Amino acid sequence: MLRLPRLRYLRPATAAEAAARLAELGTRAMFVAGGTDLFPNLKRRQFEPDTLVQVPPLKGLRRADGHFEIGATVTLAEAAAHAGLRAALPGFAEAAGLVSSPPLRNAGTLGGNLCVDTRCNYYNMTYEWRKSIGFCLKKDGDICLVAPSSPRCWAVSSSDTAPAAMVLGASVVLAGPDGERELPVAALYRDDGIEYLAKQPHEVVTAIRLPAPKGLLTGYVKLRRRGSIDFPLAGAAVALTLDGPIVTGCRVALAAVASHPLEVPEAGAFLVGKRLTDETISAAAELAAKPARPLDNADLTHFWRKKMVRVIVERAIRRAATPSVT
Amino acid sequence: MRSELDRPVQRELTRLRVNGEEFELYLPVHKTLLEVLREDLKLTGTKHGCELGECGTCTVLVDGEPQLSCLLLPLQAEGRELTTVEGLAEGAALHPLQVAFAELGAAQCGYCTPGILLAAKALLVRDPRPSRDGIKEALAGNLCRCTGYVKIIEAVELASQRMAEA
Repeated sequence: MLRLPRLRYLRPATAAEAAARLAELGTRAMFVAGGTDLFPNLKRRQFEPDTLVQVPPLKGLRRADGHFEIGATVTLAEAAAHAGLRAALPGFAEAAGLVSSPPLRNAGTLGGNLCVDTRCNYYNMTYEWRKSIGFCLKKDGDICLVAPSSPRCWAVSSSDTAPAAMVLGASVVLAGPDGERELPVAALYRDDGIEYLAKQPHEVVTAIRLPAPKGLLTGYVKLRRRGSIDFPLAGAAVALTLDGPIVTGCRVALAAVASHPLEVPEAGAFLVGKRLTDETISAAAELAAKPARPLDNADLTHFWRKKMVRVIVERAIRRAATPSVT
Repeated sequence: MRSELDRPVQRELTRLRVNGEEFELYLPVHKTLLEVLREDLKLTGTKHGCELGECGTCTVLVDGEPQLSCLLLPLQAEGRELTTVEGLAEGAALHPLQVAFAELGAAQCGYCTPGILLAAKALLVRDPRPSRDGIKEALAGNLCRCTGYVKIIEAVELASQRMAEA
């Protein structure tokens, strides 16, 4: 049996109060929203807080002034099913709908998926498993078991919604004990498997703001072993604008190929001013796949995952450009 | 790890509404809803599987939507309407899904069945005549290692047809 550890559970009424509790308790406490990733990790003792602070309900999904404002505890299922969001930003809505499985999307939140812990085959294991093989840098140990000579942790960013938000130029609203600030999603992450978030640990993500200008085309394609549940082995998010047949803007970001969601500006820049043809799409996908560095710490082989990055970027560009074609 | 057991246990008076019945329990806050259903309420129809959110056998309905009871704290379920497999039948009359599953052999070892019945019930409320793809999508979070799923999908179709005709 995998029981949760003994914990204190606090239910502050507001996000500011939740931030204040965490600021006070420091590393002894963690936020919990939907709990779909946190609880399994706690059962495996990947974290050892003695207190959980519930993120209070931050609901609401509305369109205003050319953007969507979505409360951080809106569930992935709610975002994926929202007709307005699906029509305006299908890439983002589909990314939310491709996270995990239906019952987990009914509990898991958008804020939670943006802040989801990085993953690694040597880390997402029970305490006993990790002890038997020797603990890793990310928890309880002092070397990285994937790259033993490396001074850093290479756990993989596994959010589907983060790259989908990034290509929109989205931002998150963060609440601290003394007020709110807005931070671009692109600035929310750090290239480190352990310290993967750039926000203060006590800051609560309260909302996400997604620009949705008219005519923006979006797509997200996810690679995983089982279409019904798995974390991404790679993901490609694309947002583009066209003037007739000519690309006037394009952003590409990748999931699960680094410790942070990876935007590849070269790929988007290459397409600007060009027509979308088999050749240009393929060349852009080639550029996008270049900086992807999958390591041998997730499902299937990393050589294959690396090759597939080009394929899914190509599919994502096509999906964005022709929403009806899959 | 060791210091965990030195921590005091926070117990809270917790009000749960399960299958239409109100319960007031004094519970450790870190006990999962799955453990509370099985160990405190003796509702052992909800099964204990992977406990990590991967298998779906502990599925219950929370305000009508399938969620995993192994990943919920009882206090998170306060004020919500919970349905377990024990709440499917009305008195002695089985739910049409239960009848169809029995008739078509959609349960073999039966361990995944309670979770699948509940996920299917939520689907039929939302979409009384689902397509085959709709059924597959709705049951995507529930693993079955015996049937190969075909009989399960056929049983959901049969129940849906009978409920539409009734």
